[in-house]
Amino acid sequence: MIMMKELSLHVLDIVENSINAGATLVEINIDEDTKKDVMIIEIIDNGRGMDETTLQKVKDPFFTTRTTRKVGLGLPLFEQAAKSCGGELEIYSKVGEGTRIKASFVRSHIDRPPLGNMSDTMVLLVAANPGKDFIYRHRIDGGEFVLDTREIKKTLQDVPISNPMVLDWIKAFVEENLKQISGGV
Amino acid sequence: MAAIKSIEELEKIREQAKDLINLRKDNETKTRVVVGMGTCGIAAGARQTMLAILDELKKRNLDNVIVTETGCIGLCKFEPLVDVIKPNQPKVTYVNVNEDKARQIVVKHIINNQIIDDWVIPNI
Ligand SMILES: Nc1ncnc2c1ncn2[C@@H]1O[C@H](COP(=O)(O)OP(=O)(O)OP(=O)(O)O)[C@@H](O)[C@H]1O
Ligand code: FES
Ligand SMILES: [Mg+2]
Repeated sequence: MIMMKELSLHVLDIVENSINAGATLVEINIDEDTKKDVMIIEIIDNGRGMDETTLQKVKDPFFTTRTTRKVGLGLPLFEQAAKSCGGELEIYSKVGEGTRIKASFVRSHIDRPPLGNMSDTMVLLVAANPGKDFIYRHRIDGGEFVLDTREIKKTLQDVPISNPMVLDWIKAFVEENLKQISGGV
Repeated sequence: MAAIKSIEELEKIREQAKDLINLRKDNETKTRVVVGMGTCGIAAGARQTMLAILDELKKRNLDNVIVTETGCIGLCKFEPLVDVIKPNQPKVTYVNVNEDKARQIVVKHIINNQIIDDWVIPNI
């Protein structure tokens, strides 16, 4: 059985679903509350969404609309990760509007995978999908930061966001801000 | 504490980069690299594979290569999978491409035109 070693890899995988559903804007919200001891990861897209029957089946493990393999693994793996850490996975979707996936975890749970490298996940998403937009918000208790590719593109004008110097900037931006808001935690 | 990366810095990058933009828009002369980013590809390390390819291209200043991703093609045990498509040449698919292999593919295949036969997908 395959397994994701980092939550940031689940994020990448769930965002790939959004991209495959034709989304042009994907929001990633990560919210950590050390007092309440919860961690919430939310991925919201404006892709084609799912109808009721599809939604029912998606919660059934191993449903897929892909034709290359008979089972879908992405959502069941994410759900399994949340459930084994005292949390759950919720899926909201509407045809023509988009999809929201919300996973919760008991933050201090011994089995909770580490967040891992969110800067690598963001750099990869931007490099592989320069035409799409991503908003990544991360909050830990009082501290928060936002990476918004729409703002970056506005500043860059005709310079492509996939330019290596820009990708290095994005990596450093995420790393420095995460370090800053992780402060004493 | 060091200043956090700011938008002003991004403006400086823009100034530096805008003169260097590769204006050749003709994709036919570009090499395409496609990394499988399905669930098992990601679990098998495809993120690091793709970042290694981007890093090696950056180090060698290669800007005539387009790196993209694709979903699962149904060959789990061969993930991470990487396709290299040179202009006017058939697609070559490499299997189980870790970071180290990825860097060698850039140097040997993309730069020096030598296909690394041992890593190419077996006939199945
Ligand atoms: N954001 C989304 N928008 C629309 N449909 C979605 C979305 N996420 C998932 N789906 C639907 O749910 C199915 C199951 O998703 P899941 O990630 O579990 O497997 P998969 O993407 O099909 O395959 P795998 O992730 O294993 O490569 C998808 O095939 C797709 O039909
Ligand atoms: S992602 Fe599993 S076979 Fe491609
Ligand atoms: Mg998936």
